[in-house]
Amino acid sequence: MALALQQLINGLTLGAVYGLIAIGYTMVYGIIGMINFAHGDIYMVSAFIAITGFTLLAALGVSSVPLGLVLVLLLAVAFTSVYGWTVERVAYRPLRGSTRLAPLISAIGMSIFLQNMVQLTQGARVKPIPPVLVGGIDLLTIDGFTVRLAYSQLLIVFVTLALMGGFTWLITRTSFGRQQRSCEQDRTMTALLGIDVDRTISLTFMLGAALAAVAGVMVTVYYGVVDFFIGFVAGIKAFTAAVLGGIGSLPGAMLGGLLIGLIEAFWAAYLSAEYKDVATFSILILALMFRPSGLLGRPEVEKV
Amino acid sequence: MKTRILAAGFGLLSLAATSAWADILVAIAGPMTGQYASAGDQIRKGAELAVADINAKGGVLGQKLKLEIGDDACDPKQAVSVANTMVNKKIAFMHGHWCSSSTIPASEVYNEAQIVMATVSTNPQVTERGLKNIFRIMGRDDQQGVVAGNYLVDHFKGKKIAVVDDKSAYGKGLADEIAKAMEARGVKPALRESITAGEKDYSGLVSKLKSAGIEVLAFGGYHTEVALILRQAQQAGLKLTVMGGDTMTNSELVTAAGPMADNVLFTFAPDPRKNPAAAAVVKKFRDAKVEPEGYVMYAYAAMQLFAEAAQKAKSTKYKDLEKALREGSFDTVIGKLSFDAKGDNKLPGFMVYQWKGGQYDYVK
Repeated sequence: MALALQQLINGLTLGAVYGLIAIGYTMVYGIIGMINFAHGDIYMVSAFIAITGFTLLAALGVSSVPLGLVLVLLLAVAFTSVYGWTVERVAYRPLRGSTRLAPLISAIGMSIFLQNMVQLTQGARVKPIPPVLVGGIDLLTIDGFTVRLAYSQLLIVFVTLALMGGFTWLITRTSFGRQQRSCEQDRTMTALLGIDVDRTISLTFMLGAALAAVAGVMVTVYYGVVDFFIGFVAGIKAFTAAVLGGIGSLPGAMLGGLLIGLIEAFWAAYLSAEYKDVATFSILILALMFRPSGLLGRPEVEKV
Repeated sequence: MKTRILAAGFGLLSLAATSAWADILVAIAGPMTGQYASAGDQIRKGAELAVADINAKGGVLGQKLKLEIGDDACDPKQAVSVANTMVNKKIAFMHGHWCSSSTIPASEVYNEAQIVMATVSTNPQVTERGLKNIFRIMGRDDQQGVVAGNYLVDHFKGKKIAVVDDKSAYGKGLADEIAKAMEARGVKPALRESITAGEKDYSGLVSKLKSAGIEVLAFGGYHTEVALILRQAQQAGLKLTVMGGDTMTNSELVTAAGPMADNVLFTFAPDPRKNPAAAAVVKKFRDAKVEPEGYVMYAYAAMQLFAEAAQKAKSTKYKDLEKALREGSFDTVIGKLSFDAKGDNKLPGFMVYQWKGGQYDYVK
């Protein structure tokens, strides 16, 4: 019972991070119909910016944890959005209107480029920071097992909830949200109505990158260890989350992320950590067999 | 006009002559990129200095050594393609690969092309397949596992011990041997698990260890995962002692795990830095701002091994080199190397070490 509660906490935390990254995949797919394989590496870059930020703040003598967190978050979001914009401008925009495969290959190239750039400039070694948020709350003890909620886990869940709220508002209520949704439906028609499609797509990439940046900062706070390779595994998992939830659907991405986080946590604790990924991907296959467009995805209807 | 053509002719001839007296190519291969790139870096630094030193002393058989570097990123498929590239370059000697899972497939390629190799990979299978071209300058996992298993049984009586591996050829091999050694002494591991290397979240494993009341974790795998497990155990309020293998020599463990690294014990070959005969080389490395930790001295020793064997054999041909290595004994910075019929070296195997304040030393 205590173990289940602990794993629920761990799973939700992990799932929140997957979900944040998955939104970037799903949004880009929704608007231009391509998988942005460099997205996992954007997340990795943001984790490095976070490490740099924390080290810088420590050097400047900023000792207040909340202030430090807010500053690093702003810094990471700002820089990572620029990365998101640049990647779109350099690697995808010139290929718009060509075959579907061209931007896909370009995305894989971008992913390799970002990984190697970080490896060469930052070194291949693991970059650690001393724990930022230490401690936690001991919730309850059953049979000698203490369920513990670390402050960093609390932070991740709260920040994710707040972001999701803000994001839903942005997409459903603002004029940018409307432009974005109309680009999703029909780019030509949107352009005819006087909306700058390129700008909307650029902003979408920046938004996705900003969410990945938040995930990067959270992971840096939570695990404290970053290397240039983390984007790969996280990217694959987040992509899976996006597909499971229904690619193109925002709540779907979050739901998929949480599901995968929970499946991993419970499988690792009760069955075997060894077959954790097998379980995750088996459930993905099963879900897609019965709901080919994902849990919350709507099938594309071809209008004749 | 005629003299000019003659001169040109001589020029061509001398060009041809220099290329006929080409350098001897020696190679290293390992994870120069990828998540274990820091080990590749150690190998490269060790081999570079060794080649420079050997060349400064006049080279091997009057020829200079030239170092080729192959990057397998610890990927078995890439290792095979690196091996083929090296074979095409006609190298005389290979030091590598590093990951057992790379060494095993790559060694088939070198064996077919008749190239001798010296490796630090510790999986028993490396020398158990009857290949004649492979020489191991480090101990084997089965020796390592016995030392670690016995230490755990002797020093952690009555405590619950879990054995976990990372599913790699190296990690699983080591963990199996530790478990076997413990069982031979009548102690059954309280938990046997595997994890996936390269992930960041091991909270599932940590919760499981915590609920099973585990105090000691014997881990077959690499330092990156140990650092993460230790940090997450601390966050979950679990005090854990870890027993690992030779990969824990990497000082990255200390940067990543912080003070938690003091809870790490590991088995490793006797520290080559403590070898009095190697003092001059150690100083040279430190002067060049390279700490000769982990695999640095082994890479240096591998190059020495080749140089001495080639001098003894008076040849760099496969047959002569292989015979010289099999029969001779060689003074290197890691001690006197000589090999048995399988290609395993006869140096004393492993010691138990402990990290303390960023340094490791024999455990007291």
